[in-house]
Amino acid sequence: MTEGEFYPQPSRSQENSLTDRFSPLHDIHVAGGASFTDFAGWQMPVSYGSDLAEHHAVRTAAGIFDISHMAEIQVTGPDAAAFLDYALAGKMSAVKPMQAKYSLLLTAEGGIIDDLVVYANGENEYLVVANAGNRFAVVPALQERAASFDVEVTDRSDDVSLIAVQGPNSRAILEATEGLVILEGQTPLDELKYYWSTGATFAEGTVFIGRTGYTGEDGFELYVDVADAASLWQALMAAGADHGLVAAGLASRDTLRLEAGMPLYGHELGLDTFPAQAGLGRVVALTKEGDFVGRAASEAGPAEGARVLKGLTTEGRRAGRADYLVFSGDTEVGVITSGALSPTLGFPIAMAYIDPDADESTLTIDVRGTRIAASVVPLPFYKREA
Amino acid sequence: MAEQSELQYTAEHEWVLVEGDIATVGITAYAADKLGDVVYVDLPKTDATLAEGSIVGEIESTKSVGELFAPVNGTVVEANEAVVADPSIVNSDPFGDGWLIKVRFTELPALLSFAEYSALVAE
Repeated sequence: MTEGEFYPQPSRSQENSLTDRFSPLHDIHVAGGASFTDFAGWQMPVSYGSDLAEHHAVRTAAGIFDISHMAEIQVTGPDAAAFLDYALAGKMSAVKPMQAKYSLLLTAEGGIIDDLVVYANGENEYLVVANAGNRFAVVPALQERAASFDVEVTDRSDDVSLIAVQGPNSRAILEATEGLVILEGQTPLDELKYYWSTGATFAEGTVFIGRTGYTGEDGFELYVDVADAASLWQALMAAGADHGLVAAGLASRDTLRLEAGMPLYGHELGLDTFPAQAGLGRVVALTKEGDFVGRAASEAGPAEGARVLKGLTTEGRRAGRADYLVFSGDTEVGVITSGALSPTLGFPIAMAYIDPDADESTLTIDVRGTRIAASVVPLPFYKREA
Repeated sequence: MAEQSELQYTAEHEWVLVEGDIATVGITAYAADKLGDVVYVDLPKTDATLAEGSIVGEIESTKSVGELFAPVNGTVVEANEAVVADPSIVNSDPFGDGWLIKVRFTELPALLSFAEYSALVAE
């Protein structure tokens, strides 16, 4: 047997100067039976035994993910909001303190350097969270764009660990976690809305908690000092024992985000992709005042006939995978960027860039020499019940 | 289920149990672990003629696709329909109920011993 690996790899890993980095939770993962994969130079858990069981646990109970490889960049100073309005595609000055916003870092040509989550920690302080594989593209781009602003851009990635608890039981688990106490005056978890954040203490330090995630479920992301990461993970695991919490790896994280129609940089997003092609036109705030990097190109939009991201489903169990071609009749009309047999839905799903004038009623996917009929469906494939 | 020490192996992480002129073929636990949860298995039909080294099936997990190579020249006498119906058996019992095909062969090629295969995966 030989294996073709479809697990998503970040496109820029070869540009990273660091290799074989280990999470501060690495020993815990080894003890937990994890198998590991290289992701942007980091050795991260791909699964702790069964990626399907981990996927289902997040949909029905809860899963805990170590995503300490993600990059955290702090932006502080009197011009912080104005700087982010210029540097990013969204209107960050409209984000209220403790609110979070999904945004994009664009090139002057309108392509995507990275997709980001930005948390407003206070009036003049923001936390920008970038993909691990793009850390060394995002940090210099932000620092360069900061030149004419009274602002400081600091790469905090080496100081901060990130633990995600995702799934319907997430809140109960955090509330039961020994030593994790919401700070006085901060929003309690039962009042915290989606894409808002709060502050807590744990051990001697503070934990910053966002009601955010990458799975399509309710959940939280906990930013913690690397020194406290292992004890926080263990406290969360202990609290989760009665709530069906399982440790989950990057394999299930990928199928979860795919079902939720969430893009992955290097697959659905890249330097040659316009946000509008990826269905992210709403993220680019063309109505905001003043210039921002990528504005003119975004207003002009992608070239006539540029491919557009679509959701595809097929029957049976053979999934179309990343880089498989999509045809209409004998004409190639697209390419899959991510695809898998959906664990929740039970049939194959894929995201693909498709020619806008392709006849969507006649699409097929070339699955290793066999053409399989595909239907276009709206994204996301899976949406949790409110 | 045969002892792993009694099986022969290929460098493609398949195991072969030889009983008379019948070779039972499966993938090793190492291969199943590397693939992750198997969700789809495509096997050759009964009476299909196999050429040693050719790709004759697929073992697909959520994250990747493994190819099944014929370890011997021969004719398929049985494909494991239980595994086609429930591919998770490949993960739960790769050396037993998770077998894939039985092949009638005339001549057995050189295969790896348990010790040789163990050394291979330890690299």
